[in-house]
Amino acid sequence: MSSLSHNSPSQIKGKPRGLSRHRRREAIWGMICVAPAVLGFLLWQLGPILGSLFIAFTDWGIAGTPDWVGLGNFKQIFTEDQLFRKSLGVTLYFSLASVPLRMLLAFLLAVLLNQKIRALPIFRTIFYLPSIVPAIASSVLWIWLFNPDFGLLNAVLRPLGFPKIQWIYGSDSVIPSFILMSLWDIGPMMIIFLAGLQGVPRQLYEAVEIDGGNAWHRLKHITVPMITPTILFNLILSIIGAMQTFVQPYVMTDGGPNNNSLMYVLYLYKKAFEQSQMGYASALAWILFVIIAVMSFVVFRTSSSWVYYEGR
Amino acid sequence: MGKQANERLSKLMVYLLCLAGSVVMLIPLVWLVRSSFMGLSQIFIFPPEWIPNPWHFDNYPKALTTIPFLRYFVNTLIILVPSVIGTVATSALAAYGFARLRWPGRDIIFNILMTTLMLPYAVTLIPTFLVWAKLGLINTYWPLVLPSWFGGGIFFIFLLRQFFMSLPKELDEAATIDGANPLQIFWFIIIPLSRPALITVAIFSTLNAWNDFLGPLIYLNDSRQYTLALGLAEFTGLYTSQWHLLMAAATVVLLPVLILFFVAQRYFIEGIALTGSKG
Repeated sequence: MSSLSHNSPSQIKGKPRGLSRHRRREAIWGMICVAPAVLGFLLWQLGPILGSLFIAFTDWGIAGTPDWVGLGNFKQIFTEDQLFRKSLGVTLYFSLASVPLRMLLAFLLAVLLNQKIRALPIFRTIFYLPSIVPAIASSVLWIWLFNPDFGLLNAVLRPLGFPKIQWIYGSDSVIPSFILMSLWDIGPMMIIFLAGLQGVPRQLYEAVEIDGGNAWHRLKHITVPMITPTILFNLILSIIGAMQTFVQPYVMTDGGPNNNSLMYVLYLYKKAFEQSQMGYASALAWILFVIIAVMSFVVFRTSSSWVYYEGR
Repeated sequence: MGKQANERLSKLMVYLLCLAGSVVMLIPLVWLVRSSFMGLSQIFIFPPEWIPNPWHFDNYPKALTTIPFLRYFVNTLIILVPSVIGTVATSALAAYGFARLRWPGRDIIFNILMTTLMLPYAVTLIPTFLVWAKLGLINTYWPLVLPSWFGGGIFFIFLLRQFFMSLPKELDEAATIDGANPLQIFWFIIIPLSRPALITVAIFSTLNAWNDFLGPLIYLNDSRQYTLALGLAEFTGLYTSQWHLLMAAATVVLLPVLILFFVAQRYFIEGIALTGSKG
C-alpha cells in the first residue's frame, strides 16, 4: 500500500490497466447476472407491449392470421362500442371510489397501530389477515356474504331497520358492493403506511407539543406532510390495481347485472378469450394502458406540490 | 394528574377502536369457517346461527371428492415449486448484478426495468398468449413456470437489491483480494447473509403462484390440469347454493396460505414495509 503514496511512472501506467482489467471482469459478470432478468423484460414486457400495439391495428381471431385494419378497431371502440363506454365508466366509478376509501382506511388503521400499544402485533396480524386470502377464495366467500336472503350482511343490517339490499345482484348496488369488499383487504397498504409513520422523527412531534399543539395539529402538520411520499406510492399502485380488477367481477357477477359490473379487464378478457377478437382486445388493452399512464402522469405532476421529500 | 388520566382515556379509545376493527376484519372469516361446518338446513336459517349444530365435518370430504381437489393440489405444486425456485434464483442473481457489480449502463437499465412495475398486465396478456399458442404450449405448464426463470419480476429484484446494497461493501473487496470471482462472492458471501430477504421473496412468490387465477384460466383449458384456484372457480359454477360445500372448499384453498402466514409472519410484514420505504 505504501507504494501508492509515491507513484513511479511505471506504476501509474500499470495501475489503471490492472484496474481496468478488473473492472472489465466485474462488468462482464454484472451483465451475466442480470442477463436472465433483462431477457425476461424483453420477452415478457417490451416484446409483448410492441406486439400488442401491432395487433391492435389488426383483425385477428385466434385460429386465423392477422388482417391489417388500420385504425378500424379504435374507430369502432370510440364510436360504436357501447360496452366499451359502459366498462370504462364502471371501472372509473369503482376505482375513484375504492382507491381513496381504501387509502383512508389503511391510513387510519396505521395511525391506530402507531399509538405505542402493547398488543400491536396482534392487531396488525388481524388487520392484515384478510389480505392473504386468495382472490378466488375471498370472491366465493363474499358471494355468500352478499347473499340477499341468508348472507351475513343483510342478517346484520335487517334487524337494524335496513331494507333488504340486493348487493351484487342489484344494478345500482353491485359496484358499491365491490367497493365495500375492496375495503376488506388493505393489509399491505396499511403496513406500508405504518412503516412510513414509524419513520417520522419523534422530535417533530415534540416540537408541536411544546408549541401547544394537540393531536389534530400533530396529524395535520407533521404526520401527513412527512408521509406524503408513502401516500404517493400507495396512490399510484392502488390506482393501477383498481383499474385492472378482474377476478372478483369474473367470479362473482360475470359483469352483471346489466353489465353494471363489467369492469374493463373483464370486458377485454371476454373479447379476447371468449369471442376470440385478439386485435380488438389489444386495442382495448392499449387504451387502458394510455389511460393508466395519463392518470399516473397527472398524479406525478401534481405530486410536486403536495409531496414532501426530506432533504430537498 | 389530569394529563395522565387523559392519556389513559386515549389509550383506552385506541384499544376500543382496534378491537372494533378486528371484529369487522375477522367476522367474514368466522362466517366462512362456521358455514363450512354446517348442514344445508342450518345454513338457511334466518336470523343466522353462529355455532354449527351438529358439526358437519363430512362437508370437507364431500367437497373435496366431488371435484378432484387432490389432483388440483398436485397440479398447483407442479407449477408453484419450479416457479418459486426460478424466481428466487434469478431475481437474486439480477439484484446482485444491479446492487454490487459496476458496469456501464447499470442504473439506466435498472430504471427501465422498474417502469414495468407500473405497466398494466392487460397490455402484455394477449401477445404473450398468442406466442404460447403458436408454440403449441397451451395446456402445458410452461407459460406459467418459464417466466419465473427470467428475473421473476422486477418487484423482487428491487426488494433484494435494496437488501444487498445494505451489506458492507468491504466483504466483496476482501473476497476479491483473496481471489474470489463475483459468482463466488454471490454464492458464499451474499446469499448466506441475505436469508431473511430471500425467504421473503420465496414467500411472496409462493403466494403469487398459489393465488394466480388469470394465468391458469387462460393457459389451462383441460380440467385435468386445473390448479386449485381454477378448481374452486369451477366448483362455484357447479354447486351454486351448496354454500356449506363451497365454504369448505374455499377454506381448504385458504388454509395453506393461512399456515404460511402464521409461520412466517415476520417476513410478510418486513418485506412489505421494505417495498414502501423507497417509494
